[in-house]
Amino acid sequence: MAYDKFEILTSSAVPLPIENVDTDQIIPARFLKATKREGFGDNLFRDWRYNNDGSPKEDFILNNPIYSGKILVGGKNFGSGSSREHAAWAVYDYGFRCVISSFFADIFKNNCLNIGVLPVQVSAEFLDKVFKAIEADPNAQFEVNLQEQKVTILATGESEGFDINSYKKGNMLNGFDDIDYLQNMKGEIEQFAETRPF
Amino acid sequence: MGKTLFDKVWDSHVVRKIEGGPDVFFIDRHMVHEVTSPVAFLGIKNRGVEVLYPKKTFATADHNTPTINQHLPVQDPLSAGQLKALEENAKEYGISHWGLGHEKNGIVHVVGPEYGITLPGATIVCGDSHTSTHGAFGAIAFGIGTSEVEMVLATQCIMQPKPKKMKININGQLQKGVTPKDVALFIISQLTTSGATGYFVEYAGDVFENMTMEGRMTVCNLSIEMGARGGMIAPDQTTFDYIEGREFTPKGADWDKAMEYWKTLKTDDDAVFDKEFNYDGSQIEPMITYGTNPGMGMGISGSIPTAEQQDGNPATFKKSLTYMDFNEGDSMIGKKIDYVFIGSCTNGRIEDFRAFASLVKGHKKADHVTAWLVPGSHKVEAAIKEEGLLDILNEAGFELREPGCSACLAMNDDKVPAGKLAVSTSNRNFEGRQGPGSRTLLASPLVAAASAVTGVVTDPRELLEGVMA
Repeated sequence: MAYDKFEILTSSAVPLPIENVDTDQIIPARFLKATKREGFGDNLFRDWRYNNDGSPKEDFILNNPIYSGKILVGGKNFGSGSSREHAAWAVYDYGFRCVISSFFADIFKNNCLNIGVLPVQVSAEFLDKVFKAIEADPNAQFEVNLQEQKVTILATGESEGFDINSYKKGNMLNGFDDIDYLQNMKGEIEQFAETRPF
Repeated sequence: MGKTLFDKVWDSHVVRKIEGGPDVFFIDRHMVHEVTSPVAFLGIKNRGVEVLYPKKTFATADHNTPTINQHLPVQDPLSAGQLKALEENAKEYGISHWGLGHEKNGIVHVVGPEYGITLPGATIVCGDSHTSTHGAFGAIAFGIGTSEVEMVLATQCIMQPKPKKMKININGQLQKGVTPKDVALFIISQLTTSGATGYFVEYAGDVFENMTMEGRMTVCNLSIEMGARGGMIAPDQTTFDYIEGREFTPKGADWDKAMEYWKTLKTDDDAVFDKEFNYDGSQIEPMITYGTNPGMGMGISGSIPTAEQQDGNPATFKKSLTYMDFNEGDSMIGKKIDYVFIGSCTNGRIEDFRAFASLVKGHKKADHVTAWLVPGSHKVEAAIKEEGLLDILNEAGFELREPGCSACLAMNDDKVPAGKLAVSTSNRNFEGRQGPGSRTLLASPLVAAASAVTGVVTDPRELLEGVMA
């Protein structure tokens, strides 16, 4: 489905300075049983966020009211493991529109791009500055500018560029998705299919 | 400059190259299961689009199915709802469906090869990261998200940037008791859980050449656990012997023609990889993991490194050991275990059960150990019975369950309780992967067997002395 356009996002951010956050943590398998794409945000980071009895774990960042915003900041190798798009859906459904990390797992990154969550890969040094800015002020504001491919720590003015391929960038700026594109080249695909031996 | 095996297969499936963007990549075989497909089918329904090539998609139920009493209605209404959705979607769009109870039902990455859906030189995707398994046949196979499942249903294509290329060479004679699972866990322990992210791997060298197809599947299956999109092995006579005569493999003149093409599927001598690694196979020990990602593994006789000795973030490393209730410097051997799980798309094939049975034969399961033996498919289940393995297993105090993904991801009732320690032949030891609070040690079927009979983590070579003598 087409999604909201992404141009410039200015927001505070929620820090999760842990490496190798896998998609089983983002959303455990037992919450993948729905046949519709709704409500996944409720179980985002379920087992880090809630005790077995359903009460919130006070020391987990999402349960700390001083942190909020549309940007999630994770440690290196964010989103590893299972290909479940439900992980990206949970991130989106919770209200995040952007994830910043120094390194993303491939499938998670693709899944984010396909549903309108912008994965922003920055250097380890810049990621450290982002974490420090939030530590200094939980309400620190960040600007993520997709057109300019730049993320800025507004308090200090420090910024860094990020990569995104021009096709995906166009999609996100306009809220298009890949099926729109593929449908428009159906004839070409059908011709190609004729040439496949099996 | 020459081409790699990966280049040859990838380049022959590019429908269109987009300037500054991904390739429009054609998919020969699409496999779907009940968990990651419902929203994709809903998507094409909402768009009013048909499935472009229903005969190129194959559906099986595996992730969310019970492994006992499969003949009875599924108790969990949500699980039952997903199974029903798959069945209805398959029926509506004319897709073959091997649902619960079907004689060909099993784990998607086990049944694909079993029935010849998996072929060399093909592109294969599924909404499951362990789709990399099929790379064992010289196919390009990788996991995709649900948006991409929808793309394949609607257009038989996805949009993918071409990954970089990595080659992993391993030569040398493997030691007794060292299985393909150990080779894979060894590689991941060297490269770390993210060391191959952005790459597609080719495995080469006599260690892989000498492996059976099932062994190669285990290795390629685990490619994703070091971040690689997939891994592949050049098809050879072992591959051709395996696929010949299976239900969906080409026959007669089509077979001859396919063989001509398949024999060209090898990396040219002058082809260049972006990264290359070499290891000595004779140095690999039976492996075991101690942490909460598959890269946190070591030779079974080793001890857990200190936070300073390993490369990752020390706080993350310590968090992981705290979860596992282990200490830096601990030896794994002798740790009391509670559960053993043999199964999954990694180690749920007949050779895995043969290995397990060979080691438990003449022993008894430790009383305090709960063992779940889950075949990867009905075909594997039938072979276990026909080969007399079931008698050996029963004699040793083990029971066989019905096929499915089971405790690998614990979506069904097969959940390891909080705090309990499991030796598992599956693929992920993430926190809570096998049930909330569960603790997982990844290992080979031989390590699982040795540990199941002693009740503690055990080096299988100790018990193999007896078997080999």
